[in-house]
Amino acid sequence: MIDGSRTPFIKARGKPGPFSPADLAVQCGRPLLMRQRFSPTAFDQVILGCANQIAGEMNVARVAALRLGCGDEMPAWTVHRNCGSGMQSLDDAFRNIAHGDIDLVLAGGTEALSRAPLILSDKAAGWLGKFQSAKTTGQQLAALRAFDFSYLNPEIGLKQGLTDPVTGLMMGQTAEVVAHRFGISRWQMDNYAMESHHRLARAQKEGWLDDEVELMFAPDGTVYDHDDGVRPDSSIESLAKLKPVFEKYGDVTAGNSSQVTDGACWMILASEEAVKEHKLEPIAKIVDSEWAALAPDIMGLGPVMSSTPLMQRAGLTLSDIDTWELNEAFAAQVLGCLAAWEDAQFCREVLGLEGAAGRIDRDKLNVDGGAISLGHPVGTSGTRIVLHLINAMRRTGGKKGIATECVGGGQGGSMLVEAL
Amino acid sequence: MTKSAKEFLSPTPLTGTTGIRGTHWIKHEDGKRLWLVLDRQDVAVNTFNEPVFRELDALLDEVEGGGWEAVIFRSAKQSGFAAGADLNQFKGLKGNDEIKAKIEEANAVVDRVAALDIPTVCVAHGICVGGGLELALACDFIVAREDASFGFPEVLVGLHPGLGGTARLTHRIAPVEAMKMMLTGKTKKAKKAKRLGIVDLVVPERDISNAVNAVLTGKVERKSPGAMAGAMNFYPARVAIARQMRAETEKQAPSEHYDSPYALIDLWEDHGGSLDDMLAAERESFANLLPTETTQNLIRVFFLRERLKANGKGKSGVEHLHVVGAGTMGAEIGAWAALQGMTVTIADPSREALGKAMKSASKLFERKLDGPELLAARDRFIPDPKGDGVVSADLIIEAAPERVDLKHKIYAGLEAKMKPDAVLATNTSSLDLNELAKGLKNPERFVGIHFFNPVSRLELVEVVKQDKSSDAAYETALKFVGDISRQPLPVKASPGFLVNRALMPYLGEALLMIDEGEQQERIDAAAEDFGMPMGPVELADQVGLDICLAVAESLARDLDRPMPEIPQWLRDKVAAGELGRKTGKGLYDYGWDGKPKKDKVKQAPTEAMRDRLVLPLLDAVARCIDGGIVADADSADAAMIFGTGFAPFRGGPIHYARSRGFTDVRQTLAALADEYGERFEPSAWWRKAEG
Repeated sequence: MIDGSRTPFIKARGKPGPFSPADLAVQCGRPLLMRQRFSPTAFDQVILGCANQIAGEMNVARVAALRLGCGDEMPAWTVHRNCGSGMQSLDDAFRNIAHGDIDLVLAGGTEALSRAPLILSDKAAGWLGKFQSAKTTGQQLAALRAFDFSYLNPEIGLKQGLTDPVTGLMMGQTAEVVAHRFGISRWQMDNYAMESHHRLARAQKEGWLDDEVELMFAPDGTVYDHDDGVRPDSSIESLAKLKPVFEKYGDVTAGNSSQVTDGACWMILASEEAVKEHKLEPIAKIVDSEWAALAPDIMGLGPVMSSTPLMQRAGLTLSDIDTWELNEAFAAQVLGCLAAWEDAQFCREVLGLEGAAGRIDRDKLNVDGGAISLGHPVGTSGTRIVLHLINAMRRTGGKKGIATECVGGGQGGSMLVEAL
Repeated sequence: MTKSAKEFLSPTPLTGTTGIRGTHWIKHEDGKRLWLVLDRQDVAVNTFNEPVFRELDALLDEVEGGGWEAVIFRSAKQSGFAAGADLNQFKGLKGNDEIKAKIEEANAVVDRVAALDIPTVCVAHGICVGGGLELALACDFIVAREDASFGFPEVLVGLHPGLGGTARLTHRIAPVEAMKMMLTGKTKKAKKAKRLGIVDLVVPERDISNAVNAVLTGKVERKSPGAMAGAMNFYPARVAIARQMRAETEKQAPSEHYDSPYALIDLWEDHGGSLDDMLAAERESFANLLPTETTQNLIRVFFLRERLKANGKGKSGVEHLHVVGAGTMGAEIGAWAALQGMTVTIADPSREALGKAMKSASKLFERKLDGPELLAARDRFIPDPKGDGVVSADLIIEAAPERVDLKHKIYAGLEAKMKPDAVLATNTSSLDLNELAKGLKNPERFVGIHFFNPVSRLELVEVVKQDKSSDAAYETALKFVGDISRQPLPVKASPGFLVNRALMPYLGEALLMIDEGEQQERIDAAAEDFGMPMGPVELADQVGLDICLAVAESLARDLDRPMPEIPQWLRDKVAAGELGRKTGKGLYDYGWDGKPKKDKVKQAPTEAMRDRLVLPLLDAVARCIDGGIVADADSADAAMIFGTGFAPFRGGPIHYARSRGFTDVRQTLAALADEYGERFEPSAWWRKAEG
């Protein structure tokens, strides 16, 4: 891993944000590529994760590559693994490079959740089709008479996207399931969420994100310079006032869930040969990666399922990992993962370990906040947690780190990284 | 190195342009259809002159006797169909009979095309203006390629169309739209031309063959000129509309100075009811305009522009421009360069400044582009808070505040990071380039590239050589200016270069007049009556009072001659941040629309006021020519027109002095010197010019 940067994460505020997924990727990529000593055309491939591509930017990876000046001859593909998309792109780059096929890759993730489409119901779409194919005025009038005002109520694409079609549960509900089975209380969730905000606020204040976050400039002159979902004054009291959003009598609130935001993140990956050829200075190396799956209604435990075999393969235990980035989809789910590793019975019967895997020290976990405070642009977060893991280790002197995330639909992804 | 597939396939060949070659025309036989393809010898852009028309006339003999079923006109040039008449043939024309004979001859050929009894189609791409459009309008159909643009810019050189264009356009589309087009001289892009009814189809190159087939087989319906067109056949209706047109035109081109728009309005008002009458009357009117002083001066200005343009001929090789400083000028330069296709990084320590630069650039892009082109321009304009763009830039233009120590510090940082073969330029208007070059590691790659505000309107750019500038760096700078469609003027490093040095005595005199209690609106009116697009007071606000002050001080310091005293209240204004238009307040107050709030002129300005303002400007230009700061009088005239908007119909300051009489100018200056002081003392150049 040579270099990387991301945009500020911009909270969705009930209307389409200033940037499309490709715009975000361009805003993020321009400064990153500008500071490299090689030309943007030197890449072998461009790979971009995106969970909600928009109709005008199909294969957004290629759109972004062209707009970034990577040249007509730059192959590019977009990957979709839901919340794992941004890590999948890195993994694709990693494995293709390891296989010796390619040497220099631009990989990342982008997501503009604020621009998730409104979707016509099937009935409304059927009516529209009939109206448009009506040739005579009579046919048109007949079609108009069949119009129903309910057709004007589009379904919100984002809500559909965050609902598991197999179980019918919204993602927040799967967090409720995990919280319930591991006994995570509302207070614990809120306390975790508050900490996330405080950590991000501290990192922003100390300038720890200055080399990671690039400014974005909208055509109207607005400058976006920080993750604007942060609430430095977040407190247990303020969080306790919030109503549960997914289940009326549940515990998961907007305050202890990840925020809906827009943002992009890119990283540059190189083979040893490319490092030599372009005289690059690597900041980290990917040691290994792992994907695992489990029942969709407990998807929040995904990180446990993918990280455990990853550590086993490397001969490492929880305590050998200096720094963790465990994506904060929901406080309930992060805490659920920690509880599962501390649960001897779970570890024996599900993970096949001899006993409890152990405890992850909170000082090593999500040290500068996470998706609860800065948001979770679905396709971007996977890249962001790897980039930030590296930056956090370089700051704190950590050596080995794992970035891991749960993936909607019931998966987990993990990447083991060594800082250089 | 292999080529990319795209390179291999570029450029797309022009349909129907191969065949039997004459001198300026190619015949392409396509079954029963004959394509007549204009490819004027030895030029990159087609223009019309006598040989071109004579050859066409001969080809029409073949058409009439050859049993052809249709004729298709097009051009074999990548640049476009045709740019109109070759203005060279109109230079210095005096004798009326000779002019009339020439006009008749050319019109006879175009009329012959219009009278052909087989269908005629014009396939237009790129530029199709002036006479080019007139030939197209003589055809039954016009098929436009997507990139085509149509217009009648004749009014800009003091003329109106003279090959039947006034009559044919007012009868092909809504007459009021046609008149608007001819009165403003603005070109219309293909899509807009289709909406107006000028063209019948708009297609990409690949569809031209099928499109021609479609119009010739009756599959395309002609757009009607609209209901209003019929009404315009009535003389009283035209009288009413013509009155409005005259009032509107008066605001842009006062009848005191410009004839041709009014001749055009008269023409339509009197003859717009009949195509044939208007065709006949147009020739007469055109022949009358051609020899007038205004027209000849404007034609001169056209060639002066070509002359400047030639200074920047050829590609600079600059693809990435890095601008240091996102103030008004830095932002303007960056936005314009990005609009013209450069990748631009713009660095500034202030995020707010970068945000503002992004906003003003977006506005420019939105005004000029749409769709994917708009997106691409935005992507090319890159705010660069960390200044990383230096590393890969081919050219760096510094537009930082005017302080030597600050600039030296900036240069040190840039030189450490820039590519060895990149060029470093400064946009300074008031600092000595030789002073700035001191302390540079590589002074040979350092030049001045001095833009004028607003860059999008003022075409002139002064390119400044300092003692150590290498020829290579200087050439790159000149060509870069050409690359971004501005006109470069080579000047020697000296205080104020040419334009500011010439302007300052003029602006300074205006400030003194304010000091003497003169109404500033009246001062402006004096200059506007002379033909300046805006008076000196408004111009000072436009340039920026801070810049005016800096330039005035540098001139007072570095020039060995007296300048108008800088009033203390001007310094106070600058200190208070009242810098002119850019801050909303200067000598005038500015409304939300950026226009100055002016009071009524209380008393008409006098001739004497005009001389007191304009003659110091002429004198400063003379001194610059005398001192070798600018190559010659024509270059100086061009620069003052394209850098300051100096009354174009006067042909430039020196041309004006020549027509007024150099002796008169010198003597008037001497008289002013007696009355107001030695700052008016005439330059020695005048006597030399008197010969």
